[in-house]
Amino acid sequence: MKKKNLAEGNNEVTGLWANVFKRLKKSKTSMFGLLIVIILLFTAVFAPLMAPHDPIVGQLALRHNEPSMEYIMGTDSQGRDVFSRILYGARISVEIGIISVGIALILGTAMGVVSGYYGGKVDTIVMRFVDIMLAFPTILLALAIVTILGPSLTNAMIAVGIVNIPRFARIVRSSVLSVKENEYIEAAISIGCTDFEIITRHILPNCLAPILVQSTLTIGTAILEAAGLSFLGLGAQPPISEWGSMLADARGYMRQAPWSVMYPGVAIMITVLGFNLLGDGLRDALDPRLKE
Amino acid sequence: MGNAIIKRILLVLPVLIGVSILAFSILHFIPGDPARVILGERATAQAVIELQEKLGLNEPLIIQYFSFMKNIINGDLGTSIITNESVTTELFTAFAATLELTIFSMIIAIVVGIAAGTLAAVKQYSIFDNVSMVGALVGVSMPIFWLGLLMIWLFSYKLGILPASGRLAVSFDVPRITNFILIDTLMAGNFAAFKDGILHLLMPGFALATIPMAIIARMTRSSMLEVMRQDYIRTARAKGLSEKVIIFKHAIKNAFLPIITVIGLQIGLLLGGAVMTETVFSLPGLGRKMYLSIMARDYPMVQGGILVIAFFFVLVNLIVDITYMFIDPRISLD
Repeated sequence: MKKKNLAEGNNEVTGLWANVFKRLKKSKTSMFGLLIVIILLFTAVFAPLMAPHDPIVGQLALRHNEPSMEYIMGTDSQGRDVFSRILYGARISVEIGIISVGIALILGTAMGVVSGYYGGKVDTIVMRFVDIMLAFPTILLALAIVTILGPSLTNAMIAVGIVNIPRFARIVRSSVLSVKENEYIEAAISIGCTDFEIITRHILPNCLAPILVQSTLTIGTAILEAAGLSFLGLGAQPPISEWGSMLADARGYMRQAPWSVMYPGVAIMITVLGFNLLGDGLRDALDPRLKE
Repeated sequence: MGNAIIKRILLVLPVLIGVSILAFSILHFIPGDPARVILGERATAQAVIELQEKLGLNEPLIIQYFSFMKNIINGDLGTSIITNESVTTELFTAFAATLELTIFSMIIAIVVGIAAGTLAAVKQYSIFDNVSMVGALVGVSMPIFWLGLLMIWLFSYKLGILPASGRLAVSFDVPRITNFILIDTLMAGNFAAFKDGILHLLMPGFALATIPMAIIARMTRSSMLEVMRQDYIRTARAKGLSEKVIIFKHAIKNAFLPIITVIGLQIGLLLGGAVMTETVFSLPGLGRKMYLSIMARDYPMVQGGILVIAFFFVLVNLIVDITYMFIDPRISLD
């Protein structure tokens, strides 16, 4: 009996995701977002094959060259090819997205589940903690964390991850609260499942939709926030070809080489736009279910 | 409702205590001896001991925290390690610059955002609708520090029509009474300086306004579309009211609640955005002050700044929440 029910449940789940993708395919903007994300991932993987020049070592004699056939986005203050640096920057952006959102996702989900599932005092304590974190503008909290940890790309990713925990905690908590009320949870409790089994097998899979939407949207903001930290000199350190630190370097030479300011910003904007469009699309595609 | 408001105000207390503990602990989270970290590797042992004394680092933690709190309540946030000035005074001056920029940006964001959103909703699927919604999407995806740099390049370097940095040209000598440039220049009756102050605010104001403007425009559009579908709008049309009266008298008013929610949330976010904007445009505000203090390891200033910003942020959220209760009495605390 139990097995049969589970199998039916599984069918329903695959049906749901197939439906979601069908709905997602109908929206041109989400498909455009998905395309950007795919191009970004492709660039991140194949940057060494695609980049025409070395992203780290430049020739000072070639500094501030205007865009040309050889250097399609010009060269920067160290005579490095801006285009190659942007391609390698895609790698770092993907890394930032995965690591920062990973931290926020794991810790935020854990906090949200514990808070929503156990309720009572645990809930109050966790949610007060979340309120305190939300009492700071994110970039400022990230600045404070980097101050303690010291400026580096890894620490910037950790800081960005930490500041995004509260959003996940809140979203997961509210979906756990609604999932918890379902009869199948009551059934699971009555057949003697442990809390851990109930959470991992019954609650979390049913909270997946909002978590997925939030993750996609957070990748965009995480890349923006990390670029901001690097721009301030608190994230990626030279000569890493991170887009924000490229902007920080190019800023001083804006009059001579405006192209080295132009392209890294465009790269950030398109990437973030891609994740935002995809996230919005996913939310709309999942909406009928979220409304339940 | 009185009870609900009191309850909401009381909820602020634990948050503020948490914030104060966090600000207090920053000094103690730093690996190593804070006094040594502040003074640097080459400081003499004597200097380190003196600073330890001055910061009260030798006392037990709990006593340190209580004296920290006692000072805060007396309005004393300590002394800057770099400038030796009172942190309270320095932050107060910087705060005025940030507040002026934030208010200026918020006005731009609200006016442009609501106008664009309303127009997009009224003329749904028109070219204006499409262009402004694509613009809004791009707006939220853009790093504001990059937009600021592009603006400086275009308006200051290429066209030479707007100043690239600062709050007021050095040629103007205006007594700083409130530290709000626009108010000080008006009080001095110096209209040329007032105009110059506005010119200095235009670029940072617009750069900072992009994200809230985009979000307000999107929210206004969807909220207006929702309202325009309601029965009472159809009734108003059936009565033969003009489209103008329908939009301004019936629709906007009812579409306002979600818009105010978004505006409230954005005010807080602007404070964060000010860090980037002030850095790009070299404005002596709270954001830039915090950034410089963090870089200089001026911990009393960092602690004070965190407290001031978090306190203001909590206060704004409180005001926004209480405002909703007045606008829509159905809203409860949850």
